[in-house]
Amino acid sequence: MDKFRMIFQFFQSNQESFMNGICGIMALASTQMYSAFDFNCPCLPHYNLAYGLGILLVPPFILFLLGFVLNNNISMLAEEWRRPQGQRGKDPSVLRYMFCSMAQRAMIAPAVWVSVTLLDGKCITCAFCTSVPVETLGNASHSRLSQGEIQRILARIPCKEIYNGQQLIANEVAVRYLRCISQALGWCFVLLMTTLAFLVRSLRPCFSQAAFLKSRYWSHYIDIERKLFDETCAEHARSFAKVCIQQFFEGMSTDLVAARCHLPRKAPANAGEAAEKLLGITDQGTMNRALKSWHRCKPPLHLHPPALPTGNGWVGEGQPPTHPSVPRRETAAYYSWV
Amino acid sequence: MDRFRMIFQYFQSNSESVMNGICGLLALASVKMYTSFDFSCPCLPQYNVAYGLGIMFIPPIILFLCGLILNRQSLVMLEEWRRPAGRRKKDLAVIRYMCSSIMQRAMVAPIVWIVVTLLDGKCLICAFSGSVDPEKLVGFANVSTVQVQQLLAKVPCKDDELMKNNTSHKAVSRYLRCWSQALGWSILLILIIAAFLARWLRPCFTQATLLQARHWSNYIDIEQKIFEETCCEHSRLFAHKCILHFFESMQQEIKLHSFSLPREGEEDEGEEDLLRGITDQDQVNKLLKMWYYEKPPLDVSQAHQR
Repeated sequence: MDKFRMIFQFFQSNQESFMNGICGIMALASTQMYSAFDFNCPCLPHYNLAYGLGILLVPPFILFLLGFVLNNNISMLAEEWRRPQGQRGKDPSVLRYMFCSMAQRAMIAPAVWVSVTLLDGKCITCAFCTSVPVETLGNASHSRLSQGEIQRILARIPCKEIYNGQQLIANEVAVRYLRCISQALGWCFVLLMTTLAFLVRSLRPCFSQAAFLKSRYWSHYIDIERKLFDETCAEHARSFAKVCIQQFFEGMSTDLVAARCHLPRKAPANAGEAAEKLLGITDQGTMNRALKSWHRCKPPLHLHPPALPTGNGWVGEGQPPTHPSVPRRETAAYYSWV
Repeated sequence: MDRFRMIFQYFQSNSESVMNGICGLLALASVKMYTSFDFSCPCLPQYNVAYGLGIMFIPPIILFLCGLILNRQSLVMLEEWRRPAGRRKKDLAVIRYMCSSIMQRAMVAPIVWIVVTLLDGKCLICAFSGSVDPEKLVGFANVSTVQVQQLLAKVPCKDDELMKNNTSHKAVSRYLRCWSQALGWSILLILIIAAFLARWLRPCFTQATLLQARHWSNYIDIEQKIFEETCCEHSRLFAHKCILHFFESMQQEIKLHSFSLPREGEEDEGEEDLLRGITDQDQVNKLLKMWYYEKPPLDVSQAHQR
């Protein structure tokens, strides 16, 4: 458990490592998805191409979009892009840097899917089995079938159980041919992607290192600033809630004192913290009324400052003029610690 | 737990160890890739050579490029090579040392792939089955040249119909596999001897310059890491100050607009500090709106002086 927590903390502390971790997980997920997917070629002339190319191209598109959705920084990018300028200028190179780094990470899982699909060969075999060169690989001149008949026979190549064109072209020969083409395409695709990645990574220090350092610093800064602001707001909300609730309880206990004309019971000097924490509510009826009041009429989101400790309590609080009038159950606007 | 943490920290601190780790992982990945790859020779005269040699050489190029990409030191080396000299001279020996160590590590996975391919034999059988001299074989006596080529091309595909009746395909396979494995073992032997000699003879020649180069290349690496960490720390402090400044300026604005007397209450000072004078739903809404519509300028010089 500790080990897991340490690994988690390591990834969390470094934002880029965390994103790389998600990227790797998605790449693994895409290979798992492919091996779990039950590929079923329809073995019909026009459907084969649509099915094969669909399986080759639609899941990568979905994985690409998913890569953007799972990236926390997308909302940060959108916010930075759309915010009004205000007192802080906007730097387009920072936005470009953020977008490029997100797009690069989102491209990995789709590239893995396409390579695995091509190296496996089933998709291309299904999609292009009707385009096999029968003249070179089989006996086209031998048979007297029409073009449509030939297409229908060739379309059944991926489905060995129903293939009936052994005289036209041997099933194994056609499958081997198509698979060879598919694997060649797959390796070329992987080589191309790797070369592109290598060029992108190695040409950057040669050309724009200073601008890159600047963009990276400010994009980190925007991320950290947003997190710190959220933390500060959460802290503020916690204090706000604490004071609001305290004032609610104090208000309740003051109300009850006023209603019953009891003298406020001073907590005895040696009562300690526990008595203070009771906030003046010390019996079942009062507590029930407090709970009911909390549900029926929550206090307004407005904290009144505590009055001065001297006897001269001043009337009226320092309310900013923009405060809307909210119906309040407590009528006392001030109270004094007597 | 402590042991794990120590190991983790050791690997992290020493960037050479990290690079060695990545290099080993890439070598294992190349073996795994080979075993999971479904090799299927096309068994057609012109395609065999292209397929066989392609499978033998293209993945090593990919693994080599991956080894360069995944190695953090290659970026550091490129930056050091391309930076303007400024007030710090550039030492070409250091750059050469870094380059050679990067290349050595990146070559391990491709070599593992090539050796595994040769020892397995399928690639060479597929690529060169058409180049075997048919006169040495028994079953090809009364066959024309074109048909011989086609038959030889089908040798790697054992379950082809034509091959089932022909017993010579086993002889061809064995012959080619023997050559392939001999080549594989020879390459392995030569490389290990070369590595052994390089490691043993190097201290005899250039030990002093080597120590210097290694020290300074380590230094450049560590300096880069610490610079990035310092930038992160700095941006965190900058953001902290910027946000505090923003809250204070909101507080001042509220004080200006409201008519409250200054509060002198001693109680709840801790909470008041955290509330920063913002005690109202409207004030909070205004603060959040201001944060979006008018972010504060990136200038904390005033806040810093307070």
